[in-house]
Amino acid sequence: MSARAQAATAARSEPAALAADPILTVEHLTMRFGGLLAIDDLSFSAERGQITAVIGPNGAGKTTVFNCLTGFYKPTEGMITMRHADGASFLLERMDDFRIARSARVARTFQNIRLFPGMTVLENLLVAQHNTLMRASGYTLAGIFGLAVYRKAERKAVERARYWLDKTGLLERADDPASDLPYGAQRRLEIIRAMCSQPLLLCLDEPAAGLNPAESDELNRLLRDIRDHHDTSLLLIEHDMSVVMGISDFIVVLDYGEKISSGSPHFVRNDPKVIAAYLGIDDEDAGTGGAP
Amino acid sequence: MEYFVQQLINGLTLGSIYGLIAIGYTMVYGIIGMINFAHGDIFMIGAFVALIALIAIGLTAGAGLVIVILALLLALLIAMALTAIYGWTVERFAYRPLRTSFRLAPLITAIGMSIVLQNFVQVTQGARVKPLQPIVTGGYEIMRTTTEHGEFIVLVSNIQILIILTTVLLMAVFALIIARTPLGRAQRACEQDRTMAALLGINVDRTISLTFVIGAALASVAGLMYLLYYGVIDFFIGFVAGIKAFTAAVLGGIGSLPGAMLGGLIIGLIETFWSAYFTIEYKDVAAFSILVVVLIFMPSGLLGRPEVEKV
Amino acid sequence: MAAGPAPALAAAPAHSLRAGIIDALIAAFIALAIAAPIIGLRTVSLEGGLALTTRWGAVAIAVAVVFAGRLALTLLWWPRHKPARRDSAGRRLLARARDSGLAERAMLLLAPALLIFAIALPATPFADRYVLDIGILVLTYIMLGWGLNIVVGLAGLLDLGYVAFYAVGAYSYALLATHFGLSFWICLPLAGFLAAMWGLILGFPVLRLRGDYLAIVTLAFGEIIRIVLLNWYDLTNGPDGISRIPRPSFFGLEFDRGEGGFAAFFGIGYSSDHRIVFLYYLILALALLTNFVTLRLRRLPVGRAWEALREDEIACRSLGINTTATKLTAFATGAMFGGFAGSFFATRQGFISPESFVFLESALVLAIVVLGGLGSQIGVVIAALVMIGGFELFREFEQYRMLVFGFAIVLIMVWRPRGIIASRTPSIFLKERKSIGAESVGEGRG
Repeated sequence: MSARAQAATAARSEPAALAADPILTVEHLTMRFGGLLAIDDLSFSAERGQITAVIGPNGAGKTTVFNCLTGFYKPTEGMITMRHADGASFLLERMDDFRIARSARVARTFQNIRLFPGMTVLENLLVAQHNTLMRASGYTLAGIFGLAVYRKAERKAVERARYWLDKTGLLERADDPASDLPYGAQRRLEIIRAMCSQPLLLCLDEPAAGLNPAESDELNRLLRDIRDHHDTSLLLIEHDMSVVMGISDFIVVLDYGEKISSGSPHFVRNDPKVIAAYLGIDDEDAGTGGAP
Repeated sequence: MEYFVQQLINGLTLGSIYGLIAIGYTMVYGIIGMINFAHGDIFMIGAFVALIALIAIGLTAGAGLVIVILALLLALLIAMALTAIYGWTVERFAYRPLRTSFRLAPLITAIGMSIVLQNFVQVTQGARVKPLQPIVTGGYEIMRTTTEHGEFIVLVSNIQILIILTTVLLMAVFALIIARTPLGRAQRACEQDRTMAALLGINVDRTISLTFVIGAALASVAGLMYLLYYGVIDFFIGFVAGIKAFTAAVLGGIGSLPGAMLGGLIIGLIETFWSAYFTIEYKDVAAFSILVVVLIFMPSGLLGRPEVEKV
Repeated sequence: MAAGPAPALAAAPAHSLRAGIIDALIAAFIALAIAAPIIGLRTVSLEGGLALTTRWGAVAIAVAVVFAGRLALTLLWWPRHKPARRDSAGRRLLARARDSGLAERAMLLLAPALLIFAIALPATPFADRYVLDIGILVLTYIMLGWGLNIVVGLAGLLDLGYVAFYAVGAYSYALLATHFGLSFWICLPLAGFLAAMWGLILGFPVLRLRGDYLAIVTLAFGEIIRIVLLNWYDLTNGPDGISRIPRPSFFGLEFDRGEGGFAAFFGIGYSSDHRIVFLYYLILALALLTNFVTLRLRRLPVGRAWEALREDEIACRSLGINTTATKLTAFATGAMFGGFAGSFFATRQGFISPESFVFLESALVLAIVVLGGLGSQIGVVIAALVMIGGFELFREFEQYRMLVFGFAIVLIMVWRPRGIIASRTPSIFLKERKSIGAESVGEGRG
């Protein structure tokens, strides 16, 4: 994304916020549903090793952006590029959803949690490691004869699951069906399930929705930990500004499918355009206030 | 050309019968989202009740036009009333207890009810085919050509006219019921959201029961038509006709009433034309193949609402 | 036919005698309307057309039975049983815990007990030809049920045309054996392979359909295959079927009186029962193979992916699982076992015709899977034993047994909507294996 392209849009941006090593670049993304223009010529990028947030009031088109990124929708126009650290790059708008997860290594969570309710917590985490285990099981053939190579891979997969369960305090619930977990734990489980697929970019769709303050804090710790100690960058959607201000490195603000601002939390918070469009009220609430 | 016209007429007649049965499938699917596998057998029951009613009335072949019409009307009313009770009972006995259960349970009880109804009729009425002497006879010649093979006459028989007219009439009445009456409104509300409908004071149980009653009544009309048209029925006709009608409902887009009629007509036409121009043995294969091809390209059928995948 | 459990009517003070009688009278009236035309008036063929004979006595009996049955239900049965069923969530939870606990303990004991019984059956004194024939039949349906369980129970794909693969297996063996003289042991894997291929061919275009659309298309494919078998005279001999299909041999030893026969080789007297016993063990081994492979697959990534697919297809795709390939493997694996069972059927009967592969068979196998409890291996065994075994036991009541059979399906389903064994066993555990109640387990949408 060039500075010129940036200037062409009406959005104000913080000049220093231009990405140096973007893991994800979205250019001129447009999505139309019939007559409805859900996303209008959106461009932004997410820096490797950072937490990038896309915020905007309800109905701003945030989830649609995610669905385009992860292949559940095919965008009407635009280019979405995922760059791995080794230089490999993927044009996500041309890939099937499961290939985006498998090859481009983009994982996601859902606004209304999508677990495998009738499977145990541990099973949920093993399904997430499907492709690794599939290879280890020799595409089932080696597994059927119970070869050691598969048993070893499965042990490793269970170890990875145990690591994440331990980190999120879910170890005790490992053998319970996912549907028996309380809501906050289900949210965490969905996140660590996505982490078990070892993504390079993790997209979280309103991860804090419905959480109480304590759970929200815990979530923030988890997300920071993922950023700092794992090879995974984060992209998250929120409509609640207070959640993202504390943990985001970079924020993109959407309204009616258009980008109205982008930059550091500090910049965005003080952008009059954001305050006008997003909060519609006076300055003071912009720092702490939630969505209307 | 003449041959084509004749097949067109035959196909429309058959399609009308399929369409009448298909409405029952599509209505039930629309309102409770289940495949009522016993519906084909309800159609068979309708044909049997009509047959018994006609024999009981004692109509003879030489009766006058007015008598024939009155007798048919009477048999139709008896068949509709009694078959409707069958439809109601099946819903009450086999489906309502499973209303809140999971999807496959009512499907299995429907298969069970289908077995029950077939064998009930087989046990009580015998397995042999039941022939009925033609009651509605005669017809009109609409085209005539002479070729080197001889004369070819395109005929519309009175029974064909009767079937097509009745179907059109019933469809019109039915469309009115759905569009204008409180029952139709309740039905559409239940289709959209059953819980919300119940919260708004709609008697969901009664609405669903009435759906089955209407579906069964229409199927019994189809049963009488089938009986008059082919002149022979047995306890197994429900299976084949049921599967065809269900195919028609899915082809037209299950849940859509015009779709059911359209699907019925298409299946009827395909079968007739395939039998006329190709091989009669493979007419069902042709009908099923069209279904598969249509569904591959239009996964919700011809007039069905596309299913939106919510992420 | 009684008007079934009726919450609406029963909600009225069910213990009150007057209400009970009125309710029973209504039921009796409905029974009268149902019975009067079909039971009361029987069409008989006379010269010059049909006539009616009356059987009002039978109608009266039917109506009386419905009246008495309904009255007994409202006055005696429901007051005692209904409250327990529609109770507080807590009690339901308790009942559920007791239920699944019982089922678990029963399963632990039942499976080995049934296995020992199955292995020992031919050696028991009452195992005559008739019993073994029923055993073979039940085992065939168990195997079919286990095969279909992969598709419907694990992957959550509703397949109403499973009998097509059974037919492919049977005709593959019959044609290969009669035309090329290939032995059963070569044909068996070939038949399984061919059925699996057909599973892929049929599955590929249709697996993006969901739910009931998939159901009707699989039903249509089942019918297409049957109609083709019926009409492709040159290959299948049409409705006359294929006869004189070779019987299987015991490692090359035929079951006949001749020199190189099984009996002569082992130096025992010839008995026609040897073949029956051999067939019995053959289908037992095939069924156990199906079970073993299924249980193994469940613990492999592919099996977990099947179950995950049943639970939530979109979540699967977000985790990088190729759902089309996963569905196809489920379809093909199920088809393969159907194919094995089909070749066994052909070699056991020695004669096959399209008549054996009608929709009713698909429906029956599906009913066994659902009645047993989706995804439950032992449930399939119980359902097959009850349904097929029970059906065969009432052979004398030829006319009525299908009627009773249909009613049994309905009643079992109403009694236990999630099947006889309504819990899922996790495929892996860290500390403790807890079974999962059916309320949590998905049923698939595709």
